[in-house]
Amino acid sequence: MSTVAIRNTKTKEYSFALVGNPNSGKTTLFNALTGSTQYVGNWPGVTVEKKEGKVKKTTDEINIVDLPGIYSLSPYTLEEVIARDYVVEDKPDAIINIVDATNIERNLYLTTQLIETGIPVIIALNMMDIIEKNGDKINVELLSKNIGVPVIPISANKGKGIKNVIAEAIRSVNEELQNTTEHKIFNKEVEKYIDEIKIKTKHIISDNVYNSRWLAIKLLEDDEKVIERININPELREDINQFIIKIEKQFDNDVESIIADQRYKYIEKIVKRNINKKNKSKLTTSDKIDKIVTNRILSVPIFLAVMWFVYYVSIQTLGDYTIGWVESGIGFLSGKVGLVLTSIGAADWLYALVIDGIFGGLGAVFIYVPQIMILFFFISILEDSGYMARIAFVMDKFFRKFGLTGKSFIPMLVGTGCSVPGIMATRTLENDKDRKLTIMLTPFISCGAKLPIYVMFASAFFPDRSGMVVFTVYVLGIIVAILSGILLKNTVFKGETAPFVMELPPYRIPTVKGLLIHMWDRGKAFIKKAGTIIFAAIVVIWFLQSFGPSFTLVEDTANSFLAYIGKFISPIFKPLGFGDWVSSVAIVTGLVAKEVVVATIGVLRGLGEVTEESPELISSIQVMFTPLKACSFMAFNLLACPCFAAVGAMKREFNSWKWTLFAVAYQTGIAYIVALLIYQIGKLIVG
Amino acid sequence: MKTLRDVKIGESAIIKKIDGKGPIKRRLMDMGVTKGEKILVRKVAPLGDPIEVNIRGYELSFRKDEANTIIIEG
Repeated sequence: MSTVAIRNTKTKEYSFALVGNPNSGKTTLFNALTGSTQYVGNWPGVTVEKKEGKVKKTTDEINIVDLPGIYSLSPYTLEEVIARDYVVEDKPDAIINIVDATNIERNLYLTTQLIETGIPVIIALNMMDIIEKNGDKINVELLSKNIGVPVIPISANKGKGIKNVIAEAIRSVNEELQNTTEHKIFNKEVEKYIDEIKIKTKHIISDNVYNSRWLAIKLLEDDEKVIERININPELREDINQFIIKIEKQFDNDVESIIADQRYKYIEKIVKRNINKKNKSKLTTSDKIDKIVTNRILSVPIFLAVMWFVYYVSIQTLGDYTIGWVESGIGFLSGKVGLVLTSIGAADWLYALVIDGIFGGLGAVFIYVPQIMILFFFISILEDSGYMARIAFVMDKFFRKFGLTGKSFIPMLVGTGCSVPGIMATRTLENDKDRKLTIMLTPFISCGAKLPIYVMFASAFFPDRSGMVVFTVYVLGIIVAILSGILLKNTVFKGETAPFVMELPPYRIPTVKGLLIHMWDRGKAFIKKAGTIIFAAIVVIWFLQSFGPSFTLVEDTANSFLAYIGKFISPIFKPLGFGDWVSSVAIVTGLVAKEVVVATIGVLRGLGEVTEESPELISSIQVMFTPLKACSFMAFNLLACPCFAAVGAMKREFNSWKWTLFAVAYQTGIAYIVALLIYQIGKLIVG
Repeated sequence: MKTLRDVKIGESAIIKKIDGKGPIKRRLMDMGVTKGEKILVRKVAPLGDPIEVNIRGYELSFRKDEANTIIIEG
């Protein structure tokens, strides 16, 4: 909604929209403008992120909405429609259009469309530092004059020129300068028809909803979304159709293409006048790097090496150390609180609730926070540097084999840390089928929380080859994902694959600030799930395991509520080899959070607080299971429906309970079948 | 009629027209693939698809299916 300028002498309120191509530095500019005031939500009714913030260090109230990165305002993709609707219907006071100067023609294509909406546009011409470095020259004043709107050179990375952009935006709003919608950019004939449509639609836009030129162009383009929204009578519709037929005949193409064509011709003319490029066809640094990175022979090995490195640091070495540190920290805190409770003579049950329940449970999950943050930090480096686009490029054909696209890689990679942000990352997939399939398959790629389960069983039964075993489990997940993809693609998600049209942005050195914000964006989804759902559920589980049917504290957990539940459902798991109540309970608690499975087994076996490395737990496991049963149990946990938080994330992204239940049923069904096969066939082999 | 698929790696061509209609064509055009523009085929992905082109000074990739809809001069 557009804000009313508050006419007091001290501050004014403004609302600006930030619009630009992906990879144009928009996020960097937004971060620089808003910093920690930014707030991320959703556009109503859809799962596209809406970022808003207030501009720092100004006396006025300036609200900025960061619209999704778009190449055009076409009616075809969700992001474009959202951006277009916001600009045309919510009517911000001004549009700050960030334009990548090193990619100026394609960026200005969007600019011409923004100008047509009638909202004042200020171009923030970014990457000027790179232009300078290359020895190119841009005549900013002339460019501004030709295109009809203010142009402010900036370097978002270096923080230069940003204040000028805001100042110019405020000036434009206050002085109501812009009247550039009358700037004619198309061929004579097309412009003639636009004018005629403007006259004919005068009565429709008299309530000042749409800019008349913008509306005329949309009608000429036969824009279905606009036509849906307004009421044009059949005669006018027919008149417009006649215009369209004439134009299409004259220029020998469909009218949408003609308009797009002519926009670019107009831009080419301007750019030629204003920009002087020094070395036109020299190979850039990015091209040189790509000679190696997307090389026929080297690209896949390089990709595997990068993945290995990321995992080695975040899971095996650095990440692992952080788990120990957090554990000690929590242990220390828990000890201190325990002393306090004892000293005030707290009741047994209260002590148990706080120390075992709350600290124990939260501890089980929070020890992973730093590790996951490190993983997300690396993933942010891959994305912000531009390498992720290369991965999608190289791996696309492989992913297509099982119904996905190269772009599905990011959600799955993020999902190896935690499925929750992984599932959320599917928002970048434009095609609905691709998105749904990726959401369903992401949980098969094991998440970080399941790792302790594998480590525990591997140490117990395959101590010499534990690393190999864990690796095998991950591979199993990948294989199941691939086979599921093939199956689902030929049944439920049958249909054409979405087109793959993707920019390969130049490699850039990410800013630390950008990386941290990016990492935090993802990590906080994990922390939020830990702090809310899991916390609540852990308290419930603690209660169920501490109290028996007589509502008193039980000594032996085998008499608790939880045990009764376990015994009730354990028959289901008998064919899989682990039909004892402890395993069943562990699986049920795993529904809440996979991190809890190991701890649950420990608690139910009366071992108190243990981890997957505790010798007591390992001996206990060796008694409860056999190597074969261990395999079956691990497979089930790998594939079965993910934790509540992930299911919640799935529901949000699917926007439908039907799909969520289908996904859960499918995943758990596959888990059951695979575990069953492993155990039963294994029994025949091993005897 | 020659399409972009007929262009070898390292060679350029001038775009004549894009076949078809609808969102994919619009997407290509939005990205700057328009009539009269020069397009250079940079490379093919290691697994055979997609391809990478240079157009209007930047690197764009799309699949061979899409390349087939881009009709070139000559």
